[in-house]
Amino acid sequence: MSFDPVFTFGVIGAAALIGVGIANEVGSPASPLPSPVSAVLQPGAFDHPMPGEFLRDNHPVAAPVTREAIDTPLEIMKYQVSVADYARCVGEGACKPADVRKVGDVPVTGVSHIDADAYAKWLSERTGETWRLPTDLEWAYAAGERFRGDIEGNASDPNNPAQRWLDQYRKETSLGRVPDPEPRAQGAFGINSKGLADIAGNVWEWTSTCYVHTTIASDGTQAADSIENCGVHAVEGFHRTYMSNFIRDGKSGGCAVGTPPDNLGFRLVHERSGMLRSALRELGIS
Amino acid sequence: MLTRREALLGSVLTAAAVATISAMPAVASAKDVAGLPREKVTLVAPPFVHAHDQVAKGGPKVVEFTMTIEEKPIVIDADGTQLNAMTYNGSIPGPLMVVHEGDYIELTLINPDTNTLAHNIDFHAATGALGGGGLTLINPGEQVTLRFKATRPGTFVYHCAPGGAMIPWHVVSGMSGAVMVLPRDGLKDDKGKSIHYDRIYYVGENDFYIPRDEQGKFKKYDSAGDNYDDTVKVMRGLIPTHVVFNGKAGSLTGEHAMKAKVGETILIVHSQANRDTRPHLIGGHGDFVWEQGKFANPPAKDLETWFIRGGSAGAALYTFLQPGVYAYVNHNLIEAVELGATAHFTVDGGTWNDDLMTQVAAPKAIAS
Repeated sequence: MSFDPVFTFGVIGAAALIGVGIANEVGSPASPLPSPVSAVLQPGAFDHPMPGEFLRDNHPVAAPVTREAIDTPLEIMKYQVSVADYARCVGEGACKPADVRKVGDVPVTGVSHIDADAYAKWLSERTGETWRLPTDLEWAYAAGERFRGDIEGNASDPNNPAQRWLDQYRKETSLGRVPDPEPRAQGAFGINSKGLADIAGNVWEWTSTCYVHTTIASDGTQAADSIENCGVHAVEGFHRTYMSNFIRDGKSGGCAVGTPPDNLGFRLVHERSGMLRSALRELGIS
Repeated sequence: MLTRREALLGSVLTAAAVATISAMPAVASAKDVAGLPREKVTLVAPPFVHAHDQVAKGGPKVVEFTMTIEEKPIVIDADGTQLNAMTYNGSIPGPLMVVHEGDYIELTLINPDTNTLAHNIDFHAATGALGGGGLTLINPGEQVTLRFKATRPGTFVYHCAPGGAMIPWHVVSGMSGAVMVLPRDGLKDDKGKSIHYDRIYYVGENDFYIPRDEQGKFKKYDSAGDNYDDTVKVMRGLIPTHVVFNGKAGSLTGEHAMKAKVGETILIVHSQANRDTRPHLIGGHGDFVWEQGKFANPPAKDLETWFIRGGSAGAALYTFLQPGVYAYVNHNLIEAVELGATAHFTVDGGTWNDDLMTQVAAPKAIAS
């Protein structure tokens, strides 16, 4: 096995922080928090349907599937952020109270992208590490066999856009997912092949990936043009969908056709380059 | 000391005693209809409607229907919120009954002893005796048969009206439905030309008033009687917690979406027994609309949204011109999206009509 300086220093840094946390009486606002329970996924490559909506020759098409790589180890929370975790941030005045559906040993729900970002910022300050929302790509990699992507209709006739709408409607309907809004205890939806709990249960998770319209060049998968809207982010779970940053309850109705997320929550990624910096800081190297 | 159940029954028994006086004239008409042909119709649950002729074959007849009242808890939204429902024939709304002008509707109403409350039925299509409410009040374990003549063509609400404070409570617990009395020679457009429909759907809209606990969560009750006091308090605020089609948010979406084909003409009968509403077909229109539901009046043409008065049923006729997914909503969009009043149509077949609509340029960066 080759020597990976980032990975090696990262582990040392995390261990050092845990040690500091215990020594300084966990819980008091001044003391650093221990790192959340996380899993470290080794680098790898996988096929991934790109997020957003795609046009080719002026017609909507399915998201292109591209070969993507996670180049460095990915450290991500094993569990979604819990009600108790989130309450600590609220208690310290750094997070707004969530519109939780249930209290107890369950993931926090009723949180927006803005809330999730605020929590990440607070956790980073309190642990001395860099924690942030995963990208769509990172989440998909961590979700492994439980990743589904967008539910899309096939466009068999480019001159009849209605076929695609009807096909998508029927695909979603045929999945037969029944609303299941009551949050369960952490771990209730089991562990996936990557060692993460509750992926694609009944809490959809915010990502840092913006909603995007992409025009694909006529020759294939190359993006000719794209317009991002970072007021809307991808959320992931049973399927991938897109929500405005301030939404806390993803329920839909009216013209909205589709499967609404039962709940909105999140889990965070430990930014390893940031980890390296903090490890070096802890060790007095920089 | 009265139990709650005795108290509830007691108030309606008084109403029944008063109503008995008006029972006499109904008996005399029995002779006149004795020689008429009879037809027995099995009702089907909405949004579907029992098979019927649009143009009457032959003369007036007696059409026999039977409905069994079912009190049962039902779930009315995706969060699992429970309503202690009272239903005609097990569905909200109760089934649509279709006859022709001059026919007689003969309904046998059954209140099984597994129910806890007294019920009756008030037909807006009927004349006298509080719409039949005065002749149909039955306790659990009883049944009653009422016959009335369908003298006015149109769509009409029926609902439970067992006296006093029981009336609105039974209605907002689910006890309403509709009758459609067709002209003997069928529907006519604004110029008197015959029009027909290929499919008919019946959408009943309900406003529900579910009490909440101290945390703001919807409360659950063991039986209808237990929720009465709390529910009336919410009702008196006049702001429903749910406004839904066919008894539940999402009852007419997904696998239950209504279906049609391009070129087909549909008739949508829409009833609201308690509160005003304003149906709208997103991406479509009302070709011919009887807002008030009464077919002796010429239909309005080309409506975008139509108004259904609380306590009435209307009818809208539309021929689908484009394939796709259509939403049919109460166009108070807060009620449609937040409170549940949304249905879908999936419309297949045909080709996209570019002349009616085309996307000239797909979304792209603004040209500088």
